[in-house]
Amino acid sequence: MSLLIGSTTIGLILALLALGIFISFRIFDFPDITAEGSFTFGAATAASLIVAGVNPLLASLVAFMAGMAAGAVTGIIHTKFRINPLLAGILVMTALYSVNLHVMGKSNMPILNETTVFSWVESLSDTVSGIGNKTTIIGWEVVTKDLWLLLFCFLAIVSFSLILWWFFKTNIGTAMRATGDNDQMIRALGVNTKAMIIIGIALSNGFIALAGAMLAQYQGFADVQMGIGMMVWGLASVIIGEAIINDNSVGFVIVGAVLGSVLFRLLVAIALRWGLNPNDLKIITALFVFIALILPGLLKDKKKLTFKRNVHA
Amino acid sequence: MLKIENIKKTFNAGTVNEVKAIQGLSLEIEEGSFVCILGTNGSGKSTALNAVAGTFLPDEGTITLDGVDITRWSEHKRAKYIGRVFQNPFSGTAPNMSIQENLALAIKRGKGRGFGWGLPKSLVNDFKKMVKPLNMGLEDRLENPIGKLSGGQRQALTLLMSTALRPKLLLLDEHTAALDPKTANKVIELTQQVVSKDKLTTLMVTHSMQQAVNLGDRIIMMHQGKVAYDFKGEDKKRLNVNDLLTLFDELRQKDLIDPGVAALLLGNYI
Repeated sequence: MSLLIGSTTIGLILALLALGIFISFRIFDFPDITAEGSFTFGAATAASLIVAGVNPLLASLVAFMAGMAAGAVTGIIHTKFRINPLLAGILVMTALYSVNLHVMGKSNMPILNETTVFSWVESLSDTVSGIGNKTTIIGWEVVTKDLWLLLFCFLAIVSFSLILWWFFKTNIGTAMRATGDNDQMIRALGVNTKAMIIIGIALSNGFIALAGAMLAQYQGFADVQMGIGMMVWGLASVIIGEAIINDNSVGFVIVGAVLGSVLFRLLVAIALRWGLNPNDLKIITALFVFIALILPGLLKDKKKLTFKRNVHA
Repeated sequence: MLKIENIKKTFNAGTVNEVKAIQGLSLEIEEGSFVCILGTNGSGKSTALNAVAGTFLPDEGTITLDGVDITRWSEHKRAKYIGRVFQNPFSGTAPNMSIQENLALAIKRGKGRGFGWGLPKSLVNDFKKMVKPLNMGLEDRLENPIGKLSGGQRQALTLLMSTALRPKLLLLDEHTAALDPKTANKVIELTQQVVSKDKLTTLMVTHSMQQAVNLGDRIIMMHQGKVAYDFKGEDKKRLNVNDLLTLFDELRQKDLIDPGVAALLLGNYI
């Protein structure tokens, strides 16, 4: 049970990553691999600031803005210098690796004993429910503190989802969606599509960096390698979300991305519990996304095939 | 109103794919006139329209709209004054967004887009009134994604969207070329209504002589990136499809021995 709670909590934290990938990949159709760098950038920024004694909320906010800056750079490289989106992302991701090492001054930075957003929640739990309190849920005994952390993450992700949903329903957000849908049309309606892409990719990486900052605080350290594979992870979440919730409107896709992230994290936790070698995790994630991407096409072909057969019969 | 002065544009200059699309085009269009632009393939008629829309910046020359020099303005900045309908029915609308969202985007053409609600409930009724006269039953399907509509329906909506805020200039780029004849006629009818209702200054590129004869008050025939013929007023009214065809043939004849080929022949054989 505590495994489930822990995984759901991480799933909710990584939902921020899924929301970021949703913006770049689904809104703009921009395969933005900056994610891998900005995830770590967020973690490194937050961890370093927290070690320096900065308020963890402020540190997380700075991490968000750091991610936005990284995303803006990718957006500018792509729009102003006409560099292919994938390459623009690779450039910034690679550059960020050095930046992250400089920010932390080393490749791994522990913050286990520092004051983080989560240590606040833990001390709140201690004051309200008492230290080391345990609760029983459907016959299972769990540490109350874990439930508090879960609740906190849930409330946080709900608020972020609502903000994002609101944003994409405003005039500027609608114009942003139209930029991804048909840039020629929205330019003819007076929208600076380059600016939209820059702001959008910045926003996307802000969310991704925030995910990194939260994860670093949850697990108690930031590591220069922690961003590897995060892009595909986020994609998997978005794709699972779309499979669960078959609706194209912004609100539902956002809910789907969050659910997808939690579900994917749970699947992974269960697979690991059943003896999946953690080293194989990335290849399985990649395979999963590959299959999810080609499946709709395969199903369509199959349908055509059966239809033809019916015609012949 | 619109003044194009000696604009030139060469694409892929200095390469084997060099195309001298516009070679010194000058044109002046009065407020409220409806101009049809005809021309052979590659005569630069669509390029001329795109130069006005700002899809690219000309190499030389100036474009002035209502006394303002817009030659160096970006495409989105010009959109404040210019409404456009494209040849491809898929170009003018956002397919995955609903009809009402597309219309909501259109009524903000060239205006600031801030954090106000993109689609206020109060607008939905206005949109119903807007699409009702199309007689396409769209007023009951405002929440459907535009991508589900036919090319004709999408083109009709694009026309409504581009004129929802009165543009100083309306650019129609062969906007019926991709439609079947019946639908094309409907869209042309709608074009006439919209243009005459708001007395819009209109520039329409077309491949159809019939449309050029029936519509508007001026015909411009382009050839090799310049104005070859220009008919206004009574001259335009007297013009019929056969006259235009004859002129077309003349231009084609000229095409057969274009200056480059002539020079080559001269060098090789004489």
